Amino acid sequence: MTVLEQPGSYRPTPPPAWQPRTDPAPLLPDAEPYRLLGTEAADRLDPELLKRLYGHLVRGRRYNTQATALTRQGRLAVYPSSTGQEACEVAAALALEERDWLFPSYRDTLAAVARGLDPVEALTLLRGDWHTGYDPHEHRIAPLCTPLATQLPHAVGLAHAARLKGDDVVALAMVGDGGTSEGDFHEALNFAAVWRAPVVFLVQNNGFAISVPLAKQTAAPSLAHKAVGYGMPGRLVDGNDAPAVHEVLSEAVRRARAGGGPTLVEAVTYRVDAHTNADDATRYRSDAEVEAWRAHDPIALMEREMTRRSLLDDSVVQAERDAAERMAADLRERMHQDPVLDPMELFAHVYAEQTAQLREQQAQLRAELNAAGEFPDAHGGGPQEGRQR
Amino acid sequence: MTTAPVDAGRKPATMAQALGRALRDAMADDPAVHVLGEDVGTLGGVFRVTDGLAKEFGEERCTDTPLAEAGILGTAVGMAMYGLRPVVEMQFDAFAYPALEQLVSHVSRMRNRTRGALPMPITVRVPYGGGIGGVEHHSDSSEAYYMATPGLHVVAPATVADAYGLLRAAIASDDPVIFLEPKRLYWSKADWDPDRPEPVPGIGRAVVRRPGTSATLITYGPSVPVCMEAAQAATAEGWDLEVVDLRSLVPFDEETVCASVRRTGRAVVVHESPGFAGPGGEIAARITERCFHHLEAPVLRVAGLDIPYPPPMLEKHHLPGVDRVLDAVARLQWESEWTVDEYESGAR
Repeated sequence: MTVLEQPGSYRPTPPPAWQPRTDPAPLLPDAEPYRLLGTEAADRLDPELLKRLYGHLVRGRRYNTQATALTRQGRLAVYPSSTGQEACEVAAALALEERDWLFPSYRDTLAAVARGLDPVEALTLLRGDWHTGYDPHEHRIAPLCTPLATQLPHAVGLAHAARLKGDDVVALAMVGDGGTSEGDFHEALNFAAVWRAPVVFLVQNNGFAISVPLAKQTAAPSLAHKAVGYGMPGRLVDGNDAPAVHEVLSEAVRRARAGGGPTLVEAVTYRVDAHTNADDATRYRSDAEVEAWRAHDPIALMEREMTRRSLLDDSVVQAERDAAERMAADLRERMHQDPVLDPMELFAHVYAEQTAQLREQQAQLRAELNAAGEFPDAHGGGPQEGRQR
Repeated sequence: MTTAPVDAGRKPATMAQALGRALRDAMADDPAVHVLGEDVGTLGGVFRVTDGLAKEFGEERCTDTPLAEAGILGTAVGMAMYGLRPVVEMQFDAFAYPALEQLVSHVSRMRNRTRGALPMPITVRVPYGGGIGGVEHHSDSSEAYYMATPGLHVVAPATVADAYGLLRAAIASDDPVIFLEPKRLYWSKADWDPDRPEPVPGIGRAVVRRPGTSATLITYGPSVPVCMEAAQAATAEGWDLEVVDLRSLVPFDEETVCASVRRTGRAVVVHESPGFAGPGGEIAARITERCFHHLEAPVLRVAGLDIPYPPPMLEKHHLPGVDRVLDAVARLQWESEWTVDEYESGAR
């Protein structure tokens, strides 16, 4: 007989019955990625939406090829192409209202441009004349973010702040499959769920983190399943099916705006180009694999659907291609102009009020440039003048 | 005839109370000020600095966050982007390291990256430093990491009045401020009137705590009381030491420091953080560059040892104390007949 079994001895109070804090079943993603194109459900798609998505996809792809060409011409330091992923980029931009905020990663130039950002301003980071060449407030687009997943908590904080102020603003944050391994991904999703922040997380699972395939990145059933652990719904969608991505993201945005909290969306897609122009993808994947994905091309899928519904004829295709060529020509022409650089601007934005140390260093650089005959003193420029916007 | 004393409202207050009052007043003055961190709400913070804020302003203004420092600072970035003025608490110095990436890659550069479009008016409060008998990871002096990151301000108060004034200035600043709160001074007391707090002249101005003529002790935060005590003790040796409290490491008040050193001709920099590649090296270099012809002796440093922060039973050997400061003062080449050997060996 143990002590606890003796009459009158201490017996612990039994703990309350355990139960799950959230029913996990409604949070689980579907077994298959959600698709619309090529299914019966596609019949109900609004023709205007299809045309709009299609035009953006065609221009988006042309943007990618033009930007990649600009790297070869020395006009861009580097370009991480999103060819093959245009459906995700375009749908993300179109799922948002004007007042919402987009938090792109460095591969999401297209989403920023589709949201209305000037195509040249979107490239200053990659050209190298200023890290963020646009005013984020203008189109409510956060700076293109290079350190992986670090922009996700920013999106949560902004959405949370908007909610505290009573604004029905939603933030949509974009990240890749590799980024889901970062700690900031975890912390952002956790904060968002705890705060019920109006955020939508879009993971573009393009198969690779530079060279590392998803199998080496995670053992999760899918990236969308990760949502369940945070208590938010996970949605799995075919990332090359533009209307499907648009629908899933729009639903998530509506849910967030209505106070329903965050959603994690995994869009299954493929990075057809190498990681950047500086990468050699043949070292880690086969041509056959790339060709299989080319057969599931987001633009071709749209053309098939729109042709079936008689929404697309040669003249429409030609008109979209012409528009894309005009965009590319404008981009090419403007990118071939040298940006106006002002070395004095290096000191202008470090602090609200310049420190004595920076004033001293600025004076020194100015003197060096004057001595070399390179300073705009000669033609009247100052710290705020002649800067590239 | 009787007159009410001017300082009728002054009564003993601790630094922790003054910091709490600064947060309270800032929140009352500006609805954009939000406090967030671990245990800052219901508990009032592990040091009770945020005591009562959640009750007075609601949990939406003073928020207990999940336990994740990068998440705390990362969400603060987004809140600042939307026009709020977040004050985040990192529970202990060494627990702030997970937030370093957000701090270095975003908080410090967002204004610069966006040409001023996205300023980061974020105050990061960090209880810091040793001398409280804390176990491992509770006593670090991490200011050198922050000082080495352009775009940040780094501030450390040493008095009750400055704790209030500097924290108000930090929260009002449109730039990110690392606000280092010396843990072992949290319960230090001074007569202080919370309803008539003395203003500070903004961030970036040092103050002469004790005027003197023989040599200058340059210090900040938890080492200020040590230097004041050393200066008092030094009078017995015939030294009249000046004590400069930097208050702010970034921006660095070169003007006040150099004016003092030019007057005294001798300087010792005192801080808790390890000496190698620490703040003292930067300060000594600047003094040498600016005041070389006024110097009677090399600028010396009295700093923490170049070791990982020691266990609490051994920390007294690590922390710069009065004796070590006085030893350094003694080595400032007071006697012209000293030999180089004697000087270098510290024999005299």
